[in-house]
Amino acid sequence: MRRYFFKKIVTYIVTFFVATTIDWAIPHLMPGNPVEIYLGRFNISSNTQYLALQKTISEAFGVNVPLWRQYLDFWNGVLHWNFGVSFYATAPVTHVIAQAVPYTLALLIPAIVLSYVLGNRIGAMAARRKVLDNVVLPIGYLFQAAPFAWLALALSYFLAVRLRWFPPSLGSDPGIGVGWNWAFIWSAIRHWFLPFLSVFLVSFGGWAIGMRNLVIYELETDYARYLRSLGASQRLVRRYAYRNAVLPQLSGLALALGVVVGGNIVTEVVFQYPGLGHLIFLAISDEDFFLLQGIFLFIIIGVLVANFIIDIAYVLIDPRTRLSMTGATA
Amino acid sequence: MSVNTEPTGPEVPVVAGPAGEAQAPAPPAEVGVVRPAPGGGSVASVMQTRRRWEFIYFAVRNKKLMIGLGVEAVFVFIAIFGPAIAPYASSKTFGPGLHPSLNHPFGTTYPFGQDVFSQWLGGVRDSYLVGVLGAVSAGVIGLAVGFAAGWRGGWLDELLQLLTNVVVCLPQLVLLIVITAYQTNRSALFEGVFIGVTGWPWVARAVRAQTFTLKARDFVDLARLSGRRATSIVLKDIAPNMASYIFLVFVLLFASSMLVAVNFDFLGLGPTGTMSIGDMMNLANQWSALQLHVWWWFLPPGAAMTLMVVALLITNVGLDEVFNPKLRQQ
Repeated sequence: MRRYFFKKIVTYIVTFFVATTIDWAIPHLMPGNPVEIYLGRFNISSNTQYLALQKTISEAFGVNVPLWRQYLDFWNGVLHWNFGVSFYATAPVTHVIAQAVPYTLALLIPAIVLSYVLGNRIGAMAARRKVLDNVVLPIGYLFQAAPFAWLALALSYFLAVRLRWFPPSLGSDPGIGVGWNWAFIWSAIRHWFLPFLSVFLVSFGGWAIGMRNLVIYELETDYARYLRSLGASQRLVRRYAYRNAVLPQLSGLALALGVVVGGNIVTEVVFQYPGLGHLIFLAISDEDFFLLQGIFLFIIIGVLVANFIIDIAYVLIDPRTRLSMTGATA
Repeated sequence: MSVNTEPTGPEVPVVAGPAGEAQAPAPPAEVGVVRPAPGGGSVASVMQTRRRWEFIYFAVRNKKLMIGLGVEAVFVFIAIFGPAIAPYASSKTFGPGLHPSLNHPFGTTYPFGQDVFSQWLGGVRDSYLVGVLGAVSAGVIGLAVGFAAGWRGGWLDELLQLLTNVVVCLPQLVLLIVITAYQTNRSALFEGVFIGVTGWPWVARAVRAQTFTLKARDFVDLARLSGRRATSIVLKDIAPNMASYIFLVFVLLFASSMLVAVNFDFLGLGPTGTMSIGDMMNLANQWSALQLHVWWWFLPPGAAMTLMVVALLITNVGLDEVFNPKLRQQ
């Protein structure tokens, strides 16, 4: 038990270290100098002016010191929660990110939790039940196979552009100021629904199919057969099958996080939803490298926290890990 | 002799693919053991021939497998001959935003007036190419890491597990964004290999767990006693017993690599100079195809991609049923 968490935490520390190093190294390894790119934004004709500005900007960006020094400075910034200034917003990167995070979390957390819970339930119900299976299986495959971008485009086109049930883009109506009032909350919910639905449906398909397959395997195991031969009800056998099938599904959730985060970025771009994904898109097209670096690390931290929560959930639902905690061997 | 049977702790042998992408069913508990017959022993070779016939017998009678393979065959044909049978050159322009008709089955783009059908025929090839590259590189890395960790165990296993877990925690899309955002010239090779380099962890985990169980079998002990080299035992005694599973893994990797590539391309980070299905949806989105009701620019290409992936997933299930008698419909 202690060993389990120790290993996990070592993994997370190493991951964070690797991610931070990549985040720092890539802009330094790539051809093209961020200072030159930044200066390219201004129309400077005089050479002396250009050189003077280059010197000032290099100092401001901290690139006038040796590489190892720059690396340490970067870590210093990360540990002090300082990622520099965003060109795009001309504000500290952390401020820009803080404004986008609530939107992304509002999409991701309900989409992940609901798709996982509902997908597992419905998938388990469909296993070895002809009629329901014939409905769940094709629909599940269809959603699982649909590219995030395409599902988002299709939903946006049919439900927003065509039928006008929902707004096609943005996070709320531009006329309404952001605040805790009903007009804003209602507008935000209406804008939230379609992006949420896109992420939810794709994930839902995966969980339903996965659970269906796992329950079929469990229903064919010896313990399930033995239970049935003892005259246990179908309900009871299925309940045991479900409890065993949930474990690999939970490990699958940790694996799926990266995919969902990626899908969320694409979905936000389609709906111009003002979360981190849309911000990444703006940072790319604006060559706003500090912003990109900051978002990258922020997402890594989010994924690591989510992984840790899944680890804890695993201990809670798997009796074997709990037993080993009290010293018993299982 | 080491009696390492099961990896202990909560890290149960998990065979869940990245859900939301593709999920591999758990491998059969009892792997059908194919013993390579030294010197072509008669009994063994008869057994092998019978197994092969049995395989074909169940394969052609499996509806899922036949439908999946049939659809996939059509797309493979398009991928190979698509650009050759395309009615128009991709640069040729017609009236902008023409509706689908006999001349232009998928209409034309707006405001460029290119034939969407011709673009799509070429796009299937670009998407397949990246899918194959991603599947091969992820498969090779995953197999190598899984075999090495499962066979050697000990500190190498700990190290490789750490590496696997670190890669799991790094979200693929976000990582690629950070790496490619600074590049102006990108190739399909880079995209495919990158998808592979970040997409192998679940393969490694599954292969490691299976290697652990196979390692404890008598025939492996025998091979070891006969003094053969580790690589030879892994390749000739262990790998063949997972052959069906490895095959399924490649099918799923192929499907998920294509889906990941669609995300990249949609964000405009795909290979430069090609027009994949993701690129088409990206352009459609950027040129307001939704608002202008130019639905034929993004709906058919994405639907085709969904169909390509669904066919692969169904092929996977069908193959699984053929390989694993327990799953055949009663």
